[in-house]
Amino acid sequence: MAENRYLLNTQLAQMLKGGVIMDVVNVEQAQIAQEAGAVAVMALERVPADIRKQGGVARMSDAGLIKAIKGAMTIPVMAKARIGHFVEAQILQALKIDYIDESEVLTPADEECHIDKTGFEIPFVCGARNLGEALRRVAEGAAMIRTKGEAGTGNVVEAVRHMRTMNREIRQLANMPVEEVVSFAKNNGLPYELALEVKKLGRLPVVNFAAGGIATPADAALMMQLGCDGVFVGSGIFKSSDPVRRARAIVKATAYYNDPDKLLEASFDLGDPMPGLDVASMPDEERLAGRGW
Amino acid sequence: MNAATGSGVIGVLDLQGGVQEHLDHLCRIGAAGRPVKRTADLEGLDGLIIPGGESTCLSRLLNIFGLRQDIEAHYRQGLKLWGTCAGAILLARENIGEAPFFGLIDIAVSRNAFGSQLDSFNGQAMVPMVASEAIPLTFIRAPKIVRTGPGVRVLLSMDDYVAAAEDDQILVTVFHPELTPSLAFHRYFARKCGLHLAGDDAMGLDPGWTPQSWVRFSHHI
Repeated sequence: MAENRYLLNTQLAQMLKGGVIMDVVNVEQAQIAQEAGAVAVMALERVPADIRKQGGVARMSDAGLIKAIKGAMTIPVMAKARIGHFVEAQILQALKIDYIDESEVLTPADEECHIDKTGFEIPFVCGARNLGEALRRVAEGAAMIRTKGEAGTGNVVEAVRHMRTMNREIRQLANMPVEEVVSFAKNNGLPYELALEVKKLGRLPVVNFAAGGIATPADAALMMQLGCDGVFVGSGIFKSSDPVRRARAIVKATAYYNDPDKLLEASFDLGDPMPGLDVASMPDEERLAGRGW
Repeated sequence: MNAATGSGVIGVLDLQGGVQEHLDHLCRIGAAGRPVKRTADLEGLDGLIIPGGESTCLSRLLNIFGLRQDIEAHYRQGLKLWGTCAGAILLARENIGEAPFFGLIDIAVSRNAFGSQLDSFNGQAMVPMVASEAIPLTFIRAPKIVRTGPGVRVLLSMDDYVAAAEDDQILVTVFHPELTPSLAFHRYFARKCGLHLAGDDAMGLDPGWTPQSWVRFSHHI
């Protein structure tokens, strides 16, 4: 990938800042998302809550479904490839969608390697639980980062943990003398050059969205106030009782994340949120965030 | 045409998109920038930038949040507007195949006219009205201006489309000066807004700019 192509891909992510990216499983949902003010949609066959419930191997969605959704949208369309499945990524690039999510929500295809994203023209977003994971993905060519959270649970606790962890590690890095950076990078799995860049910037060098467990307008604003640049909502909208109202409310809460009066307005009469899952009592093998290396 | 308010403040519509990038550029030219999220934020501005972002998304947000009428009202009182990329689409009188949004400048745009993100690209061009040196251009899922009406001046014409144009009150660019080291268009718009900037004859390219410069205006904690 040429250097200017990577820059253009990071800049497309910049154009998504402040927005909400919504998981949709058909054209009708995609249209609801777009009308509600989504900045992009993630086209997939099953939202994470259903993947979690139904089990089995979760793969890239059918190309026909993604193409149908792309044809009905004027906003960008994203789709998921399995971790390490570079052929799924090649297919999605040939389909000319706008962004690929190399996602732990799907069953990993490779338990050692992520996709070499520098070999692609198309931009990638990847999940991360901490600074090391985020910067390893950037080193592999990711143009955008998101927290992993714990997808399909409607429980924001893991996304909060991941964002707080990244913020804490960035603060540590920013405040340490430069001679300590090598061992910090070694101990936390940070590529050294990127560690120096983060130290200088005081934040990730690419756009960083929240994802995984966001179910309410307040959840979205919480993640924004923790420093995220925007929000992915997976199961949280279309697994709720009133997706139209909830979608609009989450969009409003993301744009006005710092304004309690607007957040209050966004929190009225939304119907039932998606049913939530307790993450603390969840066995490790059911946790999606542990996927990725 | 009424005179500038004289506040010297240029707003950047802050609902979604490349807000921090514009604020960074305004800071670099020595102009006061202000994010505009609410009606009250529009008071006393000399100009308003409607940034890139996603045009469909921004149009929905402007309607849902009720800012559309407020911006139109300030425009009628003389507020200067600059739309970059999505912002240009929103300001156009005609949007091919779709309903226009503000419809305030007599141009026709074709949204996302180059294709998907794979067709986004960089270039450079001379824009004599704006700068005496070549200006770097960044097109991201860009629209094309396919028609300009009487009263609209073309600033930059490319192969089969217009990339920058203006009338007395509105500037439109289908590319993103805020994603490049070039400050020329921001200076040009500031002058259009009646601002007098120090160092106005300075180099168009800011050597201190990097692609990550915007992060100083992001709200990281």
